[in-house]
Amino acid sequence: MKHVVKCENITKIFEQGLIKVNALTDVNISVEAGEFICLSGPSGSGKSTLLNMIGGLDTPTSGEVYIDGDEIDTLNRSQLADMRLHKIGFVFQAYNLIPVLSAQENVEMVMQMQGIDKHTRHQRSSAILKEVGLEGLEDRKPPELSGGQQQRVAVARAIVSQPSLILADEPTANLDSNSASNLIDLMLHINKQHNTTFIISTHDPMIMQRARKLVKLHDGQITDIISQNNHV
Amino acid sequence: MINSIRLIFALSWRNLWRNKRRTLIILFAIILGVWAMIVTAAFMRGMVFQMLEDTVDNLAGHVQIHHPQYLDDPVIDNSFNPQSAAVSKLLQDPRIALSSTRIRLAAVIVSERESSGITMLGIDPAQESKVSFIGRSVVEGRFLDSTSDNGIVIGKALADKLQTRLGKRIVLMSQDINNEIADRGFRIVGIFDAPLDPTEKSFIFIAKDNAEKMLGLKNKASEIVLRLHNTDMVNSLVNDYAQFDKNIDVMSWLKAEPYLEMMIELMDSSMFIWYLIVFLAMAFGIINTLLMAVFERTREFGLFQALGQKPGFILFQVWLEAVLMIIVGLVIGNILSWLSVLATGDGIDVSVFARGMEMLNMSNIIPFVITFDDLIVANLTVAILGMLTGLYPAWRASRLVPAHAITRI
Ligand SMILES: Nc1ncnc2c1ncn2[C@@H]1O[C@H](COP(=O)(O)OP(=O)(O)OP(=O)(O)O)[C@@H](O)[C@H]1O
Ligand SMILES: [Mg+2]
Repeated sequence: MKHVVKCENITKIFEQGLIKVNALTDVNISVEAGEFICLSGPSGSGKSTLLNMIGGLDTPTSGEVYIDGDEIDTLNRSQLADMRLHKIGFVFQAYNLIPVLSAQENVEMVMQMQGIDKHTRHQRSSAILKEVGLEGLEDRKPPELSGGQQQRVAVARAIVSQPSLILADEPTANLDSNSASNLIDLMLHINKQHNTTFIISTHDPMIMQRARKLVKLHDGQITDIISQNNHV
Repeated sequence: MINSIRLIFALSWRNLWRNKRRTLIILFAIILGVWAMIVTAAFMRGMVFQMLEDTVDNLAGHVQIHHPQYLDDPVIDNSFNPQSAAVSKLLQDPRIALSSTRIRLAAVIVSERESSGITMLGIDPAQESKVSFIGRSVVEGRFLDSTSDNGIVIGKALADKLQTRLGKRIVLMSQDINNEIADRGFRIVGIFDAPLDPTEKSFIFIAKDNAEKMLGLKNKASEIVLRLHNTDMVNSLVNDYAQFDKNIDVMSWLKAEPYLEMMIELMDSSMFIWYLIVFLAMAFGIINTLLMAVFERTREFGLFQALGQKPGFILFQVWLEAVLMIIVGLVIGNILSWLSVLATGDGIDVSVFARGMEMLNMSNIIPFVITFDDLIVANLTVAILGMLTGLYPAWRASRLVPAHAITRI
């Protein structure tokens, strides 16, 4: 079976002056298509760093990352950007949206970069905004949306071009439990509907409970991988 | 690709107005810079233009014909026959609009109380009044009315100096054709007012026939000045007649006023230095503003990269902000310059600096002269250098490591 993500012996060392921080040490992980994975662990355990390595937002000190079987270490900055554009959707903890663009424009932005024509763009973005429950708010700018609504726009943008992988770094951290629950429902729904692979880092017990696979990190190392069968 | 570029234009334009105050400040700096460049250039050009006009008007004409030795030694012996075949032929050149034949020699003017060294001009009033300022400068009495008019026209400042006035008699003395001192009395029939005091003090006008009688000359002239239809024809005409006749020397007015030629060259180079100074001040503003904008939006640039925006497009996006700002600034700056030049009408009065202006041989009203070349140079300086300046902040934005940029809030 082909792995959407494969990490081999990833080590990341941050050097700040004389101090070296081992953010990740020899991490190995393989993710198959359609998985819904939750990265958990205490603050500073390396969750964000691992997501950044997988998404090519930073380069590991040693080790290899493969996306759809391609080693991303061999790609230059431009090619990496292209890979992200076509294969990966990101959702961050906050400030996900481009403030000068409306909700709909934020969603369309990725398709626009992919060269999809205006008509299709409009159709798909409208449909997806409806799917995430934001019908009627398409023309609002990010500051005019609540935190939960902004995160929904971010998810809509991440899934609109149907990437094979979505990386979400604490997507519910800034949300109240109700909005968080709705967002998780949304992501699980998309995971099921489109067979999109999710890797989500979180402190949120609600996500941990509902994820199909729980990966525990501690001090930059994977300490436990738990498969669960409790999703809705 | 087209889609991406359209997106980038929208992003750049909206980002420009995100921090309105900052954008307006920098825009103001660009506009002020462009305005300063163009208006100063127009003023300096106007100064040169006026200087040239004044010089031409001030008896020099566009082209001068002399005896070959006259300029080295402007005495009565160095005169030429203005009716020779060669001169007559030259005067028929179609490029010539007007001409005036003059006897022009050093003389002494004596009133009841004072005397003064001056240059006497024996002229044909009909010709002379069209060629130089004198025709429209007589403020008291009248100008000479024929080649045999017995009057004399002197400058206001000279009249004051000689403590004489309209209607009084004066005596003019000079060396005649036999190297004897000749003298002759004249009644003051006109007083002229010139833009510059030295002009009023150094020149007096008498009718040609009287000058000839006084000096014992017949069919002789010290100089003929020509006005051409167009200043651009000066060089070609002078070249055409350079070796024309050994008895005469044909010369451009710029040769007669060598410092003018130097001034023009100096002005061109100093103008460019001025452009650079203004631009440097502007460039600091542009770089600072954009770097600040890039710094504030670090997270966003990380986000753009995470979403798949290529570094090159991020560079283009930030650079475009600089370019849009420059274009808007240039347009407004040019319009403002145009309006302010229009508002000054004939020019600005600089009589406060009258003494300095006299030293430069200039009158008190300086017109603004906008030349196409100056406009191009000013606009290109700002456009090209400004766009280069915008590259640095843009490059900084495109080099950010996305993971680090995103974690910065
Ligand atoms: N840019 C950086 N420079 C230096 N050290 C860094 C940098 N980014 C992360 N670190 C360090 O690497 C380690 C792992 O950080 P990381 O952000 O991956 O943790 P995390 O699990 O995401 O924590 P949290 O739950 O707080 O988000 C931490 O010790 C952190 O201080
Ligand atoms: Mg984190």
